[in-house]
Amino acid sequence: MGTPPRRTLHVELEALQDEIVRLGGTVSAALERAVRSLKERDRTLAQAVIDADVEVNRAALEIEQRSLTLLATQQPMASDLRALGATLKLVTDLERIGDHAKGIARVALRLGDEPLIKPLIDVPRMAEVVREMVDRGLQAFMSRDQDAALAMAALDDEVDRLYRAVFDELLQIMIDRPGTITQATHLLMVATHLERAADHATNLAEWLLYVLTGERRELND
Amino acid sequence: MADKIRVRGLSVYYGELQALRRVTTSIADRAVTALIGPSGCGKTTFLRSLNRLIDLIPNTRVEGQIFLDDVDVYSPGVDVVDLRRRVGMVFQTPNPFPKSIFDNVAYGPRIHGLSNQRRLEEVVEQSLRRAALWDEVKDKLRHSALDLSGGQQQRLVIARALAVEPDVLLMDEPTSALDPISAGRIEELITELKAEYPIVIVTHNMQQAARIADWTGFFLHGELVEFAETERLFTAPKEPRTEAYLTGRYG
Repeated sequence: MGTPPRRTLHVELEALQDEIVRLGGTVSAALERAVRSLKERDRTLAQAVIDADVEVNRAALEIEQRSLTLLATQQPMASDLRALGATLKLVTDLERIGDHAKGIARVALRLGDEPLIKPLIDVPRMAEVVREMVDRGLQAFMSRDQDAALAMAALDDEVDRLYRAVFDELLQIMIDRPGTITQATHLLMVATHLERAADHATNLAEWLLYVLTGERRELND
Repeated sequence: MADKIRVRGLSVYYGELQALRRVTTSIADRAVTALIGPSGCGKTTFLRSLNRLIDLIPNTRVEGQIFLDDVDVYSPGVDVVDLRRRVGMVFQTPNPFPKSIFDNVAYGPRIHGLSNQRRLEEVVEQSLRRAALWDEVKDKLRHSALDLSGGQQQRLVIARALAVEPDVLLMDEPTSALDPISAGRIEELITELKAEYPIVIVTHNMQQAARIADWTGFFLHGELVEFAETERLFTAPKEPRTEAYLTGRYG
């Protein structure tokens, strides 16, 4: 056997996949750090999350650029084409998750040392589930595991349930104590960031299904 | 879209060697159909079966049917000369006759009995226009066709095929001997011509098939493995062997 016909393309596709997984790991960690900075009132940590987002954006741009170069120079077909198309979309989803982490860190900065109107329980729980979704999504992506992707996407229901619980609770607090409205609104923004991040994580599963089957399926309705 | 050609259970043998294995498919009218596959897969044999060019190869045996409109081209009584007029062929290397540009295009109509000079001039102009060559050669119709560039020669050959008013155009790697710009012109020409003709093109260039074909068939070892709309075949093929070929994991 000689050199496989499209080795350059496949080596580069694998390298891109590694970059995607690395970026996913970074934004997953950013989410955890952002929520921790809020819970522990750690402004230094919050600022670090905001500063690190520049690096996320840079990595995302580089993945985009490399994908476009591969399209132009290697003209991939079939599952290779789908993998590259999915990479271009996935990278945006990951970058957005990074933006949501940054948004949460901004809230942490803004609240400063102000005492919290309630202990944060469901919000960190939401963040944990979102992180689990991202991590499991990336694993499924690496192992091309359709069932794992579907199981991961199902976690979005749990995030939505927690979001509704946080929403109802914060609304009640605002009705009972109008003086809390400013902070409660900020905390609601945090929950919304997490809920949106979970939707982007669900997209990871959708794109993996596309790579595997060639069909686009909405998992998130 | 209506089918211009229907192929049913076509097998072709060169002596002991089976080159095509019970191929069944249809060629749509006014559309481009590309045939792809590795060397020796049967795609050119398939193409040359459509106008019975393979009759010229000794020890060839054909089974099955090819219906052009509703007539089986292998049935007794079919006029093979007329069949090859109706199903025109363009080859890999441009093959103009060593005659003038005019005489190349007028050759077919003259053979088929057209002698009125004015009518011949009309046919030549119309054919050269359809082949997107008229503007480049209208002032030198009496010059030798062999003075044209490779890309122009290939368009001249297409004009020559169009001059006899074919029903179908077959092309066997029509751009593989051309530079990329000339090849691009031929591709654009094919895209224009499909408004009037069904075109079947054999190509080794997958990207070319992806660019110009509405339908694509993948041949392997004499078998038509998959035949589908081009968009689907190149993005989400159903057959693992097609997938392996398109992604270079074949062999």
